Amino acid sequence: MTDLLEEIARFCAHHDMSETRFGELVLNDKPFVSQLRAGRDIRSSTVEKIRAFIRDFEASEGAVPPTRASVSGRFPTGGRAFPHRDLISIGALQTHEILFLLEEAEQWVELNRQPSKHNDALAGLTIINAFFENSTRTLLSFEIAGKRLGADVVNMHAAQSSVKKGETLIDTTVTLNAMRADAIVIRHGSSGAVGLIADKVDCPVLNAGDGQHEHPTQALLDALALRHKLRERGEMSADGMFNGLAVTICGDILHSRVARSNILCLQALGATVRLCAPPALMPREVEAMGVDVFHRFDQALDGADVVMMLRLQNERMDGQFIPSPREYHHLYGLTQERLALASPEAIVMHPGPMNRGVEIDSDVAEMAERSIITSQVEMGVAIRMACLDVLTRKERKVSGWGEGEWV
Amino acid sequence: MKQVTPISITGGRIVTSDGIVEGNLRLVDGLIAAVGEAPQDEDVLVDAGGKLVTPGLVDLGVFAIDKPAFHFGGITRAALMPDQSPPLDHPARVRFAAQSGKPDFWVHPLAAATAALDGSSLAEIALMRDAGARAIATGRHWIADSGVMLRLLQYAAMLDMVVIAHAEDGAISGRASATAGEMATRLGLPSAPAEAEALAVARDIALAELAGARLHFRQVTTRAALDLVRAAKARGVPVTAGVTPAHFMLSDLALAEYRTFARLSPPLRSQQDREAVIEAIGDGTIDVIASGHDPRGPEEKRLPFADAEPGMAGAETLLPMTLTLMRDGVISTERTFDLIASNPARLLGVQAGALRVGFEADVAIVDAEKPWVVDSREMTALAGNTPFDGQPVQGSVTALWKGGVAVAL
Repeated sequence: MTDLLEEIARFCAHHDMSETRFGELVLNDKPFVSQLRAGRDIRSSTVEKIRAFIRDFEASEGAVPPTRASVSGRFPTGGRAFPHRDLISIGALQTHEILFLLEEAEQWVELNRQPSKHNDALAGLTIINAFFENSTRTLLSFEIAGKRLGADVVNMHAAQSSVKKGETLIDTTVTLNAMRADAIVIRHGSSGAVGLIADKVDCPVLNAGDGQHEHPTQALLDALALRHKLRERGEMSADGMFNGLAVTICGDILHSRVARSNILCLQALGATVRLCAPPALMPREVEAMGVDVFHRFDQALDGADVVMMLRLQNERMDGQFIPSPREYHHLYGLTQERLALASPEAIVMHPGPMNRGVEIDSDVAEMAERSIITSQVEMGVAIRMACLDVLTRKERKVSGWGEGEWV
Repeated sequence: MKQVTPISITGGRIVTSDGIVEGNLRLVDGLIAAVGEAPQDEDVLVDAGGKLVTPGLVDLGVFAIDKPAFHFGGITRAALMPDQSPPLDHPARVRFAAQSGKPDFWVHPLAAATAALDGSSLAEIALMRDAGARAIATGRHWIADSGVMLRLLQYAAMLDMVVIAHAEDGAISGRASATAGEMATRLGLPSAPAEAEALAVARDIALAELAGARLHFRQVTTRAALDLVRAAKARGVPVTAGVTPAHFMLSDLALAEYRTFARLSPPLRSQQDREAVIEAIGDGTIDVIASGHDPRGPEEKRLPFADAEPGMAGAETLLPMTLTLMRDGVISTERTFDLIASNPARLLGVQAGALRVGFEADVAIVDAEKPWVVDSREMTALAGNTPFDGQPVQGSVTALWKGGVAVAL
């Protein structure tokens, strides 16, 4: 038994883990180690279980190079790596800041693949998810991200209608601020609303989508999912950039904040972006953002390495923009035949929710080697964990994150 | 409050439509008695000290009566838009509004073209005219129904009243809060193409020609629409055009960071259109510069951009902003005051807005060079929603008379 106790002690010391945490992780029994030391009898199967856990844990550590080390080498130290209080838009970020968030997310991708997906980095912090617009997946993703980091997560659903009445938005914001949240995640139906709120609160604000403006975490998770797929194929460049990659974004560009954030993010990482939509759903002078504009899907697909499909945002449409979903599918639906026009093995993406049979066919969405739509959802949690972790470092007094220039 | 003693303003540069007169301006019994003649013995003398002596400004199309702001800006008369609560679509309300500023400020109510400004049924325009309405206005929106617009113009022609139209095709502009272009695209703002204005202008000019009516567009802000107005004037159509300083001072770049003080109706345009407006002021296509004074408090402006109400508090900055055009050599001094006083007065059919014998003694002394900084927190207006916040400007009113009676500034 002393051998086992020594092994456990060594393991805990090496991995900076408490004995109660070890007991909880392995056997879901917090006082296990201290009871063992006090002479508790255990079965040989339990000993095996403990040894297997230690073995597997160290093996997985060895397989994945510790990302922390690589992160510290490539980016400015401490808070200079990400000198922003809030995450409002991709447009406000430098390329190396985007790369930093993507690198930071890798450790959470790993954690999320463990049986026990928990880290107490944000223990004691309160995160408020203030969603002024309906959301299922983004809200869930942020909630899971906060909880896996050990924060107390509170969700606030505010009906869109109540916000439009005079001062209510600012008043709501002041209320949230008075409750001493440590981070606020906001989704709002009006462009610029999250930035407006951020000016009025004292804690970091994360934009979970503001009107037709930006949805920064979506663009980051898309980049992360794309990076993982390319790495799996051995096509990922060592510097984490997408230089030379041609990405076609097709769908309701006009109403899409996902498109705007992705244009900025993909371009910052070196990719070229093509947009495709019927004229009524293409924003005016979007060429000024450095994209190629297409109205014919077949042309936009020609040789594309990545095809990102967007849904028709009927809830934002003021009047009729397309004759019918059937006709839309006829011109802009991603079918197997159309996908063949893109480069061989082109990757298919969709931020969800999908309207199968409208912008994308079921069999395309489910192509195992090509579609990374479910991976996008997985990466969403990791990227949001990274954002919450990085943005709260100053408050948590993580060393190197307290001082310096802050924008 | 009638003028008791005659006043002579001496030592000023008197701005008349025919040019600048060095000399003395004499005000008697609330009217202008003499321009350029020597003062008489019983006159109270006021030394203008070489500054400009100008007509009091006439502001065509304001949304609120905000006397301190108007007086600060040298405005002595304003045409009040019918978009009030309740709207000016009834003779009694027009009569009340017409009295509301007296004696030191005159309000000229604009009759609502349609009942409740709904754009469908004509209001009692003749009764409102006799209650004091000086012109007809469609309000903040155009009249979508071309049949209604035609009948309105025919009726207005019969009554010999000007129709002041809002030039924006409502079906295209919809809920837009910006002009379609790179700025709106980057900010993700609901936007409408600038051509929504040209469409409305083209239709209304055609209908006015058909009806033989006098038509004034309160704001024309795009090159295409200005070209249409220019062409119509050339073939003799009695059409006039106005603009507010925001559209010749600012382009849609001012929308950056979602500054709601720059949320206007019509929205700010591209730099090319801004240049076209300046050109049109220079060549005479634009006849009137007005403040569009529309004070909005924080509950209407401290909101996300698209949710905020449009409008700016412009009364205090109308004069200095227009003077920038004079300093830039776009317009002469005389023409400056034609744009902000004589032309709007002529459209309203009032004997004011010019320093001419027999006209109302609405007079300002203007120090055209005096520098000051626009500060939204220190404005005299009901609210400080100015897109020019923090901007240094030149030109301010140092003395003001309404009907020969000095106004305290």
